[in-house]
Amino acid sequence: MTFGFSISRFLAVLVKEFIQMRRDRVTFVMMIGVPIMQLLIFGYAINSDPRQLPTLVEMADEGPVTRSILMGMKTSTFFDFQGVVTSAEEGDQALRDGTANFVFVIPPDFERDLMRGRHPEVLLSADASDPSAIGGAVGAMNGIISTALSETLEGPLGTIRNSQLPVDVVVHRQYNPEGKTAVNIVPGLLGIILSLTMVLITAVAIVRETEKGTMETLLATPVRPLEVMLGKIMPYVLVGYVQTAVFLLVAKVLFAVPFLGSPLAFFVGFNLYIVVNLALGFLISTLAQSQMQAMQLSFFTLLPSILLSGFMFPFAAMPQWAQMIGSVIPATHFLRLTRKVMLKGAEMADIATDLRAIGIITIAIVLIALKRYRQTLD
Amino acid sequence: MTADLAISVKGLTKSFSGRKVVDDFAIDVKKGAIYGFLGPNGSGKTTTIRMMCGLLTPDDGKGTCLGFDIRKQQVNIKARVGYMTQKFSLYEDLTIRENLDFVARMYGVKNRKARVTNALEDLGLLDRASQLAGTLSGGWKQRLALAACIIHDPDLLLLDEPTAGVDPKARRDFWDEIRRLAAQGVTVLVSTHYMDEAVQCDNITYIAYGRKLIDGPSNDIPHQIGLRSWRVTGYDIGEMEATLRAEAKDVQVNRFGAVLHVSGRDEKELAALAEKHGKNAKYKWVAKESELEDAFIYLMAGAKDNFGDHHS
Repeated sequence: MTFGFSISRFLAVLVKEFIQMRRDRVTFVMMIGVPIMQLLIFGYAINSDPRQLPTLVEMADEGPVTRSILMGMKTSTFFDFQGVVTSAEEGDQALRDGTANFVFVIPPDFERDLMRGRHPEVLLSADASDPSAIGGAVGAMNGIISTALSETLEGPLGTIRNSQLPVDVVVHRQYNPEGKTAVNIVPGLLGIILSLTMVLITAVAIVRETEKGTMETLLATPVRPLEVMLGKIMPYVLVGYVQTAVFLLVAKVLFAVPFLGSPLAFFVGFNLYIVVNLALGFLISTLAQSQMQAMQLSFFTLLPSILLSGFMFPFAAMPQWAQMIGSVIPATHFLRLTRKVMLKGAEMADIATDLRAIGIITIAIVLIALKRYRQTLD
Repeated sequence: MTADLAISVKGLTKSFSGRKVVDDFAIDVKKGAIYGFLGPNGSGKTTTIRMMCGLLTPDDGKGTCLGFDIRKQQVNIKARVGYMTQKFSLYEDLTIRENLDFVARMYGVKNRKARVTNALEDLGLLDRASQLAGTLSGGWKQRLALAACIIHDPDLLLLDEPTAGVDPKARRDFWDEIRRLAAQGVTVLVSTHYMDEAVQCDNITYIAYGRKLIDGPSNDIPHQIGLRSWRVTGYDIGEMEATLRAEAKDVQVNRFGAVLHVSGRDEKELAALAEKHGKNAKYKWVAKESELEDAFIYLMAGAKDNFGDHHS
């Protein structure tokens, strides 16, 4: 009987396990925190049917029908009109730097051509680098116009209305004419992969020193925090370089993702992104007490990077508060930057805002990390 | 602070989560001396050492180490101190040479390559220089750790239980090395549990429960405690040992081979014992100077209750 199942031995293990679980604060918080965070993000923040997408209008004609169409677009809640552009270049620029998802163009003499039954065309220029963001709006366009016309074209003009659809909607899917999701996902994935490996490797590498006791030797020497930080981080910058090179090659060869923009702009952006992630890893290392905790915390930061950055779900579709959280995530800005450069042919000037955002986040993280890093064992 | 003191601190206090680990600690360590730090486990030896070399900031108290303020000039102190941790804390996944090289770089040692090679030669590890440090045995790890903490020619060595878990031969070699360094003018502060090591020190500081109880030249320690001893020899010494242990509870009986040392602070009680048992011709009782070993055992056994109020 001595080799049978012993309740008391089983209980001993069970109780010990609960005690250890309670002692490991970080793990405990993760167990409760991660599900809550996921629930909130998926429940409230994520919207795969995006509405209120920023839209600009180029109006070369104006009249009751035009106004009716615009009103219809507005009430559909797909479009959020943010202003008027006066030239095609201005519209293109807005699409490229991401301030607008759509530019709606009413051609000259639109109203007159419509009355004469000439089937005028309206142009909806869309930023198709994120196909899922614009899909709903584009699909609703014909319906919106049809309704708008039926409301405006009364009486004698009713005949125009009755011919199938007197206006042709031309949708111009810019940057990704075929609407391939890979074109959108792949550049974004670079941001996620870099973030995961850089944060994780740095955090674990530093925490290992504490765990193994070698930190005591390190701290007993006259070494300064900045020296440790730079010395520990640099090797992993190289790792990031290799990862990126491999990634770009695979993206090109297997997925035919174009690289249209300035390599310099990309290079600057991705270096900054690597730095911010390494700094984040360093910060995590000052919070975690074991390599296990460092790993958990790294995955914790990964979650918002995937969900709130615009990687998986359209950024514009998220509520205000979620966009605010998303804005302090480095991946958000790197994603925009990469998509702009690779898909939209952006140059240095086009990514200035993204660089600035990542720069500010970096400075904030470095300051906190240096403040938390202890030169003593206190 | 005078120029001939390597360490001069007073009022050092440190608490961890409300528990006072070091309480109002003061010490003056003369340059070139070997100072022994004695005390039971958890008595605050490690914490005190860490405060003196700038690894911990004291809650209270002040002082200097090598002339630098222990609160403000930690970087200057670290550059001149060699600190050997209780647990092996070099990189186990680096080779012996790589470890020494790393430490030498950290301290900005000149002629680094030559110094590292010299250190390897002194260690007798030149032919194993490319072995991973993690694969070394305890004794070799300890020698490597010592080599690493003297590679920058420090003025002060802080050794935290350096010989724990090391065999006697390696310990003796280790102490030869310590004395050689001291002879060159290096000040050494070493914490230990071992009596035979305490004997090697010029000065002894005894701490228990975070407080300093005894501090003085090692040969003066028994006198400071006021410890008297008798030496008992004879056949069947084990029988006498058992008798004494049963009969006189507050007298300390230590057996060294076939010899008993009977010690205590009550001179009359000891004399009475000698009188009584000396009548038995089998045994010979001789009054003797208390040795450091007697004092050491006395301290270790008694720590707080016997002693705390008496001295401080």
